[in-house]
Amino acid sequence: MDDAQIRREVFAALQGIAPEVEPETLRSDRLLRDEVDLDSMDWLRFLAALHQRLGVNIPEADYQKLTSLDALLAYLAERLAS
Amino acid sequence: MIEFKLPSLGADMDEGTLLEWRIAPGAAVRRGQVVAVVDTAKAAVDVECWQDGTVLDLLIQPGDKVPVGTPIATLLEEGETAETVQRPAHAAKPARPAAAPRSATSAAFAAPPTSRPRISPAARTRAAERGVDANRLSGTGPQGAVTLADVEAAARQAKPLDRHAAMRQAIAAAMSRSKREIPHYYLAETVPLGAALAWLAAHNAGLAPERRLLPGVLLLKAVALALRDYPQLNGFWQDGAFRPAAGIHLGVAVALRQGGLIAPALHDVADQPLTPLMEALGDLVQRARSGSLRSSELSDATLTVTQLGDQGVDGVFGVIYPPQVALVGVGRLAERPWVEGGKLCVMPTAQFSLAADHRASDGHYGARFLAEVRRLLQTPDSL
Amino acid sequence: MSRITYREALRQGLREALARDPRVFLMGEDVGRYGGTFAVSKGLLDEFGEQRIRDTPLSELGFVAAGVGAALGGMRPIVEVMTVNFSLLALDPLMNTAAALRHMSGGQFSVPLVVRMTTGAGRQLAAQHSHSLEGWFAHIPGLKILAPATLEDARGMLWPALQDPDLVLLFEQGALYNQEGELDESEVVDIRSARVRREGRDLTLIAYGGTLGKALAAAEQLAGEGVSAEVIDLRVLRPLDDATLMASVRKTRRALVVDEGWRSGSLAAEIIARIVEQAFYDLDAPPARVCSAEVPMPYAKHLEDAALPQVPAIVAAAKGLLGLA
Repeated sequence: MDDAQIRREVFAALQGIAPEVEPETLRSDRLLRDEVDLDSMDWLRFLAALHQRLGVNIPEADYQKLTSLDALLAYLAERLAS
Repeated sequence: MIEFKLPSLGADMDEGTLLEWRIAPGAAVRRGQVVAVVDTAKAAVDVECWQDGTVLDLLIQPGDKVPVGTPIATLLEEGETAETVQRPAHAAKPARPAAAPRSATSAAFAAPPTSRPRISPAARTRAAERGVDANRLSGTGPQGAVTLADVEAAARQAKPLDRHAAMRQAIAAAMSRSKREIPHYYLAETVPLGAALAWLAAHNAGLAPERRLLPGVLLLKAVALALRDYPQLNGFWQDGAFRPAAGIHLGVAVALRQGGLIAPALHDVADQPLTPLMEALGDLVQRARSGSLRSSELSDATLTVTQLGDQGVDGVFGVIYPPQVALVGVGRLAERPWVEGGKLCVMPTAQFSLAADHRASDGHYGARFLAEVRRLLQTPDSL
Repeated sequence: MSRITYREALRQGLREALARDPRVFLMGEDVGRYGGTFAVSKGLLDEFGEQRIRDTPLSELGFVAAGVGAALGGMRPIVEVMTVNFSLLALDPLMNTAAALRHMSGGQFSVPLVVRMTTGAGRQLAAQHSHSLEGWFAHIPGLKILAPATLEDARGMLWPALQDPDLVLLFEQGALYNQEGELDESEVVDIRSARVRREGRDLTLIAYGGTLGKALAAAEQLAGEGVSAEVIDLRVLRPLDDATLMASVRKTRRALVVDEGWRSGSLAAEIIARIVEQAFYDLDAPPARVCSAEVPMPYAKHLEDAALPQVPAIVAAAKGLLGLA
């Protein structure tokens, strides 16, 4: 799976939770949970959607690595490559 | 005969607009069945019936707006028939302006309408329910008649109501009433959550995100269990007296993405294990946001919990949602300096607050309640 | 399950009734030695004897009236009238006596008589043997009218009809006698209700007797064109089972009645009136009907076919209701 595909899946998962989000306007270096206004329930549903779409099960211990959209994409690329 | 009255779907509702009947005269209804869809200021709500019976008459039509408590349908109880009961007069319809008397000239010379648009009876009925002008639709039925399917398609495309403004009004009304009538007192307690979070991390480790628990569920459960011992905070102030509630149904404040707030009830929180409770909470939040709550969820809450911690505030002192008598607020969960056993350490904590109605309870009682919540959260195994 | 004809199913019903109740006997023109004009009672004379399988003179007035008298006297007669056209000769005992007597005697007398007759066209029997007059009889209070369209009903309706304390007319569509199929022994037959013979979503076809098979064939063809038709078998023409009809029409919102009777003043007209009375606001199209042409039934095959409700006309009317025509 290439980066563009991962990006598409992530946005699709995100829009399932926050339909108003427009991928173009999202600042990818900012704190994702602030940028999209995700509360803890939204965050968990977002991770569940990623799990279903990409098969990547992100443990709680890794939450702190996933600050921004850029960080999340890099993390997913690494997990999918290994 | 049973008079089915428009129920209050929350303290901030004083009238509702019928959107749709889900029953017809002659139909049997069971307790808990959805009988109508009513638009409150906040949402379109499925209204449930609380008695078994057979529908006798529907007293209002879709589109009618009536005050809470207005009889909207009559039901026959077992053993009754339409002949054996005295039927009430239909609810007063909004007065229609009397037709202006036509002048003799115009009456005499006006050509009778040669035809009117072909709209099937079913389509006409549904168009009235949905507020669609069927005369403007082009039909797909025989001879170009407008059919039910045409009306449904048009209704789907129609613009939704301005729910946002209506919700703002509803919140304004409820919160003004609360601050006007309820003498609030406020307490706060910082609760160490090291044990609870360690337990949660161990529980969630290895679980897929779909199966994980959120800290919020532990907090809700702790509040519910504490309420068992402090029933004076769980119930309603009505007609000048406190009435304890039979169950413990926590209103969960849910911020809607488009703005506004709704606090539907999570039922029987104290009795449910954490995993099903988490599922119920996820389902409730999702339905609150998609606007498909049931009437019991809007009216059953016995105490509301608001968790603003995700937004980063340290504490929240809430406004009680009448006729409830208390509200628990939870601030941000974060690691903070903490003293334990005479030593300074780092501890995850959150500030719990209680806003309570001084007519129903006193500060001393409220403080003991918060202490009980704190105690319960130190032994997460017991939740 | 056994493979039999509609005729054999009727015969089984007769045989069971004769064996079960000694008060039951069959009489009519040629029912004994000849075995019945349509061979329904073939073999029963040998099995049950002349006392119980009785040939009568060619007088419908005489033997129907005798059946009324026997019923009043405590018997449970089954009278066969060769075709419904000939039953007009016996209207007086049927309507003025049998249908009225319970009312006129203040409930002291009832007439537990069953009259079987052939109805309908399709066999080139022309204008004196082919009409469908059951709709006329359905006008008369005091009667119960049955129209078996399936093997199960052909066999099973007779016994409950004999249990009814009043006159029951049983109409056998002549073109069905040779229809063959598997008899479902487990089916419980009542004489109260209509049945949904095929479930559907888009419109309701209402048929009975000889038109049921045509309605089912039309539904099958419609399914091939993406239209889901529900088919109701009326079974009981009086009293009509409004509840089953309305439940279906409220679901599909469109109704098409297929009736072999003449259109004007027909059973189809009555059914449509009830639908409009009871389900008007649920309708998505004006109810429609396919009936026989209002002519005496022609003899010539192509003309007879043209006069009767046929599958293409049912399909076309159904599509008309959906705006697909």
